[in-house]
Amino acid sequence: MAATMTEKIFAAHAREGRARAGEVVSLTPEILLLNDISGPVAFQQFDAMGAVRPFDPDRIVLVADHFSPAKDVLTADSIKILRAFADCHHIDHYYDTGNGGIEHTLLAELGLVCPGSLVFGADSHTCTAGAFNASGMGFGSTDLAAVLALGELWAQVPDAIRVDLAGSPGPFVTGKDVILTLIGRIGCDGALDMSLEFGGLGLFALNVDERMAVANMAVEAGAETCVMEADEQLKTFVEERGASARNPVVADPAASYAAHETIELDRLEPIVAVPPSPANGMPVSSLADTRIDQVYIGNCSNGTLTDLRQAAQILTGRKVARGVRMIIVPATQKIYRAALREGLLEIFSEAGANISPPTCGACFGGHMGILADGETAIATTNRNFQGRMGHPGSRVFLANAWVAAAAAVTGEIRHPADVVGGTG
Amino acid sequence: MYIEGVIHKLGDQINTDVILPGRYLAIRDPAELGKHCLEGLDPEFAARVQPGDILVAGRNFGCGSSREHAAIAIQAVGIGCIVAASFARIFYRNAINIGLPVVTCEGFALAARDLGKARIDLDKGEIIVGDQTFRAERVPDSVQQIIRCGGLVSYVRQRLETGNERSST
Repeated sequence: MAATMTEKIFAAHAREGRARAGEVVSLTPEILLLNDISGPVAFQQFDAMGAVRPFDPDRIVLVADHFSPAKDVLTADSIKILRAFADCHHIDHYYDTGNGGIEHTLLAELGLVCPGSLVFGADSHTCTAGAFNASGMGFGSTDLAAVLALGELWAQVPDAIRVDLAGSPGPFVTGKDVILTLIGRIGCDGALDMSLEFGGLGLFALNVDERMAVANMAVEAGAETCVMEADEQLKTFVEERGASARNPVVADPAASYAAHETIELDRLEPIVAVPPSPANGMPVSSLADTRIDQVYIGNCSNGTLTDLRQAAQILTGRKVARGVRMIIVPATQKIYRAALREGLLEIFSEAGANISPPTCGACFGGHMGILADGETAIATTNRNFQGRMGHPGSRVFLANAWVAAAAAVTGEIRHPADVVGGTG
Repeated sequence: MYIEGVIHKLGDQINTDVILPGRYLAIRDPAELGKHCLEGLDPEFAARVQPGDILVAGRNFGCGSSREHAAIAIQAVGIGCIVAASFARIFYRNAINIGLPVVTCEGFALAARDLGKARIDLDKGEIIVGDQTFRAERVPDSVQQIIRCGGLVSYVRQRLETGNERSST
């Protein structure tokens, strides 16, 4: 029977040996991902289950990213617990400040995600793996503890929504704008319990970093997972990082989809999601003159070298506006070093930006740039719910790195063309 | 099993950031988390809840972050059951896993009044308000199995004790 990419990946990992939309299957993933917030809770549950050793230490990836480097004694203890589990069970894939980064960007960089793989993560943005023609699913800590103990977990095979991307993005338009357009169209539960499958020539017009930005926010539409088609660019990216791209997953021509969406990239302009929802996407030009206090560039959606280059394009030879705080977060140590080599960090620091170590930081309201009551930020992050970055009386607008950098220079939300000229 | 209590009614798209704000995520103690339940939306909420009260919400309850702390906080503050028009997938699983009853019932979610009272028959999947009875959506077998065990920890414990884990090869 004709199958979607999601059905094929699920079937390949299901104890039952088959997976049709609507069925419940027992899945074993290639990778189990936990961080300094979700890990300690999972390990407590693992002990309570009476489990003694995890089913396969080589599949486990532990990343200190949310409150890393440790913010205070409580968070230092959480990271200590994460490290202790790694040591106790001989888990090699343990990453901490200085040698790691934000988990979803890091996973790809390490070559641990490749076409056809299944990733379970105790973090909702595990869906980022979809950019690699793989399936990533987010879970809570107890579910991950169950996989650690049993080596498998139940899941319902989702129906899929097919999203065709056509054309190519115009100036200052990038992956972020594609996903904000989609969520704006279908809403925060438009893909509830479904898989989002992306394809079309427009997808291949985005580089892999940009595709990660799209896949990262699939969960903001309620999606269970997301799978993108593979092309040569993706294969090269994966192989350069030591993983195999030999068997890309392709949907059968007669595969059945619950719905279809088409997005014409040529027709997009940069989109900004107005608080308090990622679904409130508006063209950037409609928000002109909105004053901002803080600009935050970098997280698991948009902390890649591509995003940093976009920011640098705007900031070269310019300064962060008086009264604005700008924080730039390269998502991994490797990206940080690449940005250093390319001279991007010099551009950022000359402009007056704070260059942060790789960390989830203020994206989730943890540390490293929290907002006070009444403050407004524009950020390349993935959520702008009430209080997400600090006080419940603060606000966060979501945008791409070009738009965020333009706001840093002007002190207001503006189209990047207003700052650097029309074609960028 | 019955749950009977006062209704606390919320709207659509209640996300886990407002249920349990990010700055509290290094806390693991349920009682401590319960104090901050829904603080992002209403700092007085935790103080108002009595054990066994019912949380009623619209669409996509628990959307956003996978933080299990959100479900733990709701359970710890004393909520006996959550009824929503629909649940976000990860939150739903988290609630089932820790033994916090969650019921999908759009009709009741719409009709419920804040500070009213209701009675929920979890076994029958019915919600009774005055002389009205609402039917909840059917719970999948995989989920029922976990509920019968009292949560995922007990379920896994039983499987491990009977030697039923999957090998790693």
